[in-house]
Amino acid sequence: MLQHLPVLTIMVPMFAGLLVPLLARVHAGIVRPLTIGALGFSCFAAIHMLLHVQGGHPIEYAMGGWPIPTGIGYRVDGLNAMVLVMIAVIGLLTALWMRRSIEDELPAAARPGYHAVLLLACTGFLGITITADIFNLYVFLEIASITSYVLIAMGRRRQALYAGYSYLIVGSIGATFILLGIGHLYMRTGSLAMADILAQFQANPDLYGMSDVRMAFAFLVVGLAIKMALFPLHGWQPGAYTHAPSASSLFIAATSTKVSAYALYRIVFSVFGTEVLVSGLPPVRDALLAMACAAIVLGPLIAISQGDLKRLLAYSSVGQIGYIVLGLMLLDERGLTGGIIHFWNHAAAKGALFCVAGALVLRTGAARVDDLAGLGRRAPWTASAVTVAGCSMVGVPLTAGFLSKWYLATGALATDRLYVVPVLLASSGLTAVYVWRILQKVWFAPADVEPRVGAEVPWSMRLPTLVLAAACLVFGIAPWSVEFARDAIAALGIAP
Amino acid sequence: MPSFPPALVLSLGALLIPFLRGPLRKLYLLALPIVSFAALLATPQGSSFDYEAFGHTLTLMQVDKTSLLFGYVFHFAAFVGVLYALHVKDTTQQVSAVIYAGMALGAVFAGDLITFWLFWEGLAFSSVFLILARRQADSNRAAMHYLLVQIVSGLLLLVGIALYMHGHDGATAMARLTPSGSGHSIFNLDWAGPGVWLIFLGLGIKCAWPLLHSWVTVGYPAATATGAVFLSAFTTKCAVYALVRLFPGTEELIWIGVGMAGFPIFYAVIENDLRRVLCYSMINQIGFMVVGVGIGTELALNGAMAHAFCDIIFKGLLFMTMGAVLFRTGRMNGSDLGGLHRTMPWTAAFCAIGAASISAFPLFSAFISKSLIMIAAAREGYHLVWLVLLFAAAGVLEHAGIKIPFFAFFAHDSGLRPKEAPRNMLAAMAISGLACIGLGSFPDLLYRHLPYAIPDYALPYTWPHVIQQTQLLVWSALAVGTLMLLRFYPPELRSVNLDADWWYRKATRAFVAFGQGPLMRIFGWLSKAVHETIPTGLRYFARNPGGAVRLAFDRVALGWAGLFRGMPAVDAAQERLREDQARFAETTPGAAWPISTTVLYTAVVFLVFLLVVLA
Repeated sequence: MLQHLPVLTIMVPMFAGLLVPLLARVHAGIVRPLTIGALGFSCFAAIHMLLHVQGGHPIEYAMGGWPIPTGIGYRVDGLNAMVLVMIAVIGLLTALWMRRSIEDELPAAARPGYHAVLLLACTGFLGITITADIFNLYVFLEIASITSYVLIAMGRRRQALYAGYSYLIVGSIGATFILLGIGHLYMRTGSLAMADILAQFQANPDLYGMSDVRMAFAFLVVGLAIKMALFPLHGWQPGAYTHAPSASSLFIAATSTKVSAYALYRIVFSVFGTEVLVSGLPPVRDALLAMACAAIVLGPLIAISQGDLKRLLAYSSVGQIGYIVLGLMLLDERGLTGGIIHFWNHAAAKGALFCVAGALVLRTGAARVDDLAGLGRRAPWTASAVTVAGCSMVGVPLTAGFLSKWYLATGALATDRLYVVPVLLASSGLTAVYVWRILQKVWFAPADVEPRVGAEVPWSMRLPTLVLAAACLVFGIAPWSVEFARDAIAALGIAP
Repeated sequence: MPSFPPALVLSLGALLIPFLRGPLRKLYLLALPIVSFAALLATPQGSSFDYEAFGHTLTLMQVDKTSLLFGYVFHFAAFVGVLYALHVKDTTQQVSAVIYAGMALGAVFAGDLITFWLFWEGLAFSSVFLILARRQADSNRAAMHYLLVQIVSGLLLLVGIALYMHGHDGATAMARLTPSGSGHSIFNLDWAGPGVWLIFLGLGIKCAWPLLHSWVTVGYPAATATGAVFLSAFTTKCAVYALVRLFPGTEELIWIGVGMAGFPIFYAVIENDLRRVLCYSMINQIGFMVVGVGIGTELALNGAMAHAFCDIIFKGLLFMTMGAVLFRTGRMNGSDLGGLHRTMPWTAAFCAIGAASISAFPLFSAFISKSLIMIAAAREGYHLVWLVLLFAAAGVLEHAGIKIPFFAFFAHDSGLRPKEAPRNMLAAMAISGLACIGLGSFPDLLYRHLPYAIPDYALPYTWPHVIQQTQLLVWSALAVGTLMLLRFYPPELRSVNLDADWWYRKATRAFVAFGQGPLMRIFGWLSKAVHETIPTGLRYFARNPGGAVRLAFDRVALGWAGLFRGMPAVDAAQERLREDQARFAETTPGAAWPISTTVLYTAVVFLVFLLVVLA
C-alpha cells in the first residue's frame, strides 16, 4: 500500500468529501470523525513522504499504470513534500479547531456540506502540489478555486456573498490566464508532462525566444500572480479573508495563496527551467522582483491602519507572499532557503493569528482589533499565542520569521541586490508597528477597561492555536525546516 | 559543576519562575545567579559552546579576562538586584529581570558578532517589561520610546554586521575592528566603512552618547523601583564592553566621551526627579569609560573596565536607595522629599556611601578606577580632555554626591515619616556598600582581574594623588555649598560679595539657560518625532497612500498658487483641496476594491508583462 501513498493522499480526502453529505443523512455524528480521519491520513502520508524523499529520492507515480508522457504522473520531491505537509497539517488543525466556530457561525443544515467542501478544497490544494502534469495542475486548481469560492461565500454576513463573488470573477480570470498559458505551451511542445517539457527546453534553449513560449510564460505568471494575491493584483483577497467564516479564513489564509506561489516555483523549476529567468526572460524576473518588493513594503503599510483584525492580517499576508516570491526570484541557495522555509513559517504564524481572530469572533461576534483589549487578563493562552506569532511576523530572533528574513537578506547580499535589505528592514519595522498595536491591546490595556473577551475559548480551539504558535518557536530554534529546504534545493539542482 | 553558558542558566531558568510559589520561589530566585556563577567558573578560558546555525558558527562562550571581568560584576549585580527585589510579587518583573540579566551575560560572552546581536536584541525586549511593569500611562509611553530607540539600535547593528561580513568574507569574530595600537580615526577608510560606522552608531545609541541618550533619561526614571536597579546595571555597560572589544583606540570616542562627561552636569543641576539626576550622572560616568576606550592604551582600557566594574556597583547602590525611597513614599521629586534620615537612617547611610563612591572619595571605589583614566589621559598628552574630566569629576560631586542625599534625606523637612526600607532591600544595599568600600580600600582585589598590569605610576594610594583628589573634593564641595546658599537666598546675598559671585551666578545662569533653552528644545523635537509625528504620520499615510501623496502634492502646489489669491480658479481649487482633506479624514482605510478595479489592474499588469516578454 505504501507505494500508492501519493495517490491515496489525494483520494482519501476526496472520497471522504463525497461521502460526508450522504453519510450525514444517516448519522450526523459521523461527519466530524470522518473529516478528521481523512485529513489525519493525508497528514500521515505527507509526513511519511517528506521523510522518504530526503537525500534525493523523489517518488514517481504513474496514474493507472500509464507510462508518464502519455498518462498523468505524480511526483513528490523535497519541495512539494514540504508544501504537502503544510496543507495537510493546516487542514487537519482547521478541522480540529472549527467545531465551536462553525456551530456559532453556520446554520446546522450547512455544516455537513461545509465539511465536504473543506475536504474537497484540501484535495484541490494537495493535487496542485503533487501533480507532475500541467493540465492536471489546472484541473486541481479549478477544484481548489471553486471550493474556495464556496468556503468564502458561506460567511454569515451579506458582504461574504460579494467577497466570494468578487473572488469568483477575479479568480476565473486568473484561471483562464493559466489555461491559456498551458495551451500555448502545449501548442509548442506537444506535451503536458512537466519533465517532458523541461527536457525539450534543456535540449533546445532557442525555444525561449519563441513568442508563443514567451506568451505562455507571461500568461502563467500573471495568472498565478492573481491567485497568490501578489501586489497589485491582491484586490480580491482582503474582502475574502475578512468576510469568510473564521474556519475558512484560517484554512485559506494559511494555505491557498502559498499553494499558488508553490505552483510558480514548480513552473519555473520543472517546466521552463531556471534558465527562463536567467537568460530567457530576465525582464520578467525584474518585474516580479519589483512586485515582490512593493508587496513586502506596502502590505504591512496598509495593514497598520486596519481596524478589523482579519482585514489587517489579510494585508499582512499580501506582504508575506512577497517574501516567498522574492526568495524564488533571487535564485540563490540562501534566498531560496528563505523563500521555502517561509512556506512553513508563514503558515504557522498566520494560522495562529487567524485562530485568534476566530476566537475573537466567537467571543465578541466580530474581529475588531480594539476588542483585543485586556485579552491577556482573561485568556492568557490565546494571548501568549498571539504574542509568539506576532513576534515571528516581525522576525524577532529565536522565532521562525527571523530565519526567513535572515536567509532572504543574506541571499540578497550574495547576489548583490543590496536594495532588498532596506526593503526587508522597512517591512520589519512596519510589521512591528501593527504587531505592537495588537500586543499593546492584548497585554497593556489600562486596568479600568473591561475586556470584551470574557473567557478563554474551549480547548478544541485553543490546542490548534497553541500548536501553531509553538511551531513558530520550534522552527526558529531547531532548524529542521532549513534542513528540509536545503535538501529540496539540492534536489532541484541549485548549487549550494 | 559541569560547565554551561551562564546566559542560558539564567534565561532558561527564568522560565520556571512562574511555576514556583512563596518561599520556594524566593529561594530559587536567589539560587539562579549563584548557580550561573558556578557554571561560569567551571567554563574553561577560550572559546566553547560552538553551534552551527544558518551557515555560521555561533560561539556562545568566549572567556578571557575582559569578558570575565564583566561576567563577574554582572553576576554580582544580578544577585544583588534579585535580593533587592525579593519582596516583589509581580511575576512579569521577576521573569523579565532574570532573563534580562541572562541576555547581558550572553552579550558579554558572545564570541561572534551574530551571537552578540542576538543577545543585544534580547536585552531590549526583556528589559522593556521592567518599565511596562509600572502599569501607568506615563510609563507605558516611556516604554514605547525606550523600545523604539532600542529597536533602532538593534537594526543599525544588524545592518552594520551584515555589511561588515559582506566586506570581510563573512568574518564574524567578536574581536577588535580597529587596527592594533591607538589613535585611529573612524573615518579612516583603510579599516572602517559603512558597516563599521553602523555598528559604531548602534553601540553608541545603547551607550547613551549625547543626542542619542534620551532613552535613558526617559526610560529609567519611569521603571519600577526595583526595575531601575537592573536597568542601571546592564544595557549601557554591555555597550561599553562592546566598545572595549571592538573599538579600542578610536580617537573620536575621546571627544564623544568628553561630551558625555560634560553635558549631563547642566541637566543634573536643574532636574528635580532624583532618579533622573542619577541617569544624568550615569551618562557622565560612562563618559569617563568612553574616553578610556578612545585613548586605547593598556592603562586607559584597564581604567575603562575598572570604572565600569565600580560604576555598576555604586550606581546600583544609588538606584537602590532611591528605589527604597520611592517604594516607601511613592515620591521621587527632590522638592517633595527631605528629612527622611530620621526614619530611614540605614538607607541614608548607604546613600552616603554610594555618593562618596561616585564622587571618588579616597577609600571609596571610584577613587581607584577613575584615576586610571585621568592618568592615562594626562600621559598621552590629552590635557584639554584631562581638564574637562576634572571639571566633570567636580560636577559629579555636586549632583550625585551632594544633591541626591541632601534633597532626599536632609534639606527641608518634608514631614514624611516613612518606615525604614524592607530587610531584603537593606541587605542588598549593605552588600553593595561593603563592596564599594572594599574595592576602594583594597584596589588589588580589582586590579588583579584586569586584563593588563597596572604600572606603578598609576597606583591610586600615593600621596600626590590622595592630596590632589581631596583638594578637588573639598574645594568643589565648598563652591557647591556657596552656590546652594546663593540660589536659596538670592535677595539677601546679592549685595554681598558681588564681584566674586557675579561670574558664578552669570555662568550658572548661562548654563541653565542653555540647558533649558536650545538643548531642551532639540531633544523635545527629537522625542516628539519618535513619539508622535512618525507613528501618527504613518497611520495617516497608510489609510490611503496614493491619496495622501496626492493631497500632499496638491497642498504644495496650491501653496505656490496662493501667491495669486483672489483669482477665482485658485480659490475654487483651494476649496476643493479642503473638501478633499475632509473626505480623506473619513476614508475607511483599505476599503475593499470593486471588482472592476482589480480587473483593470490585472489588465495593466498583463499588458506590462506582454510588452516585457515580446519586446
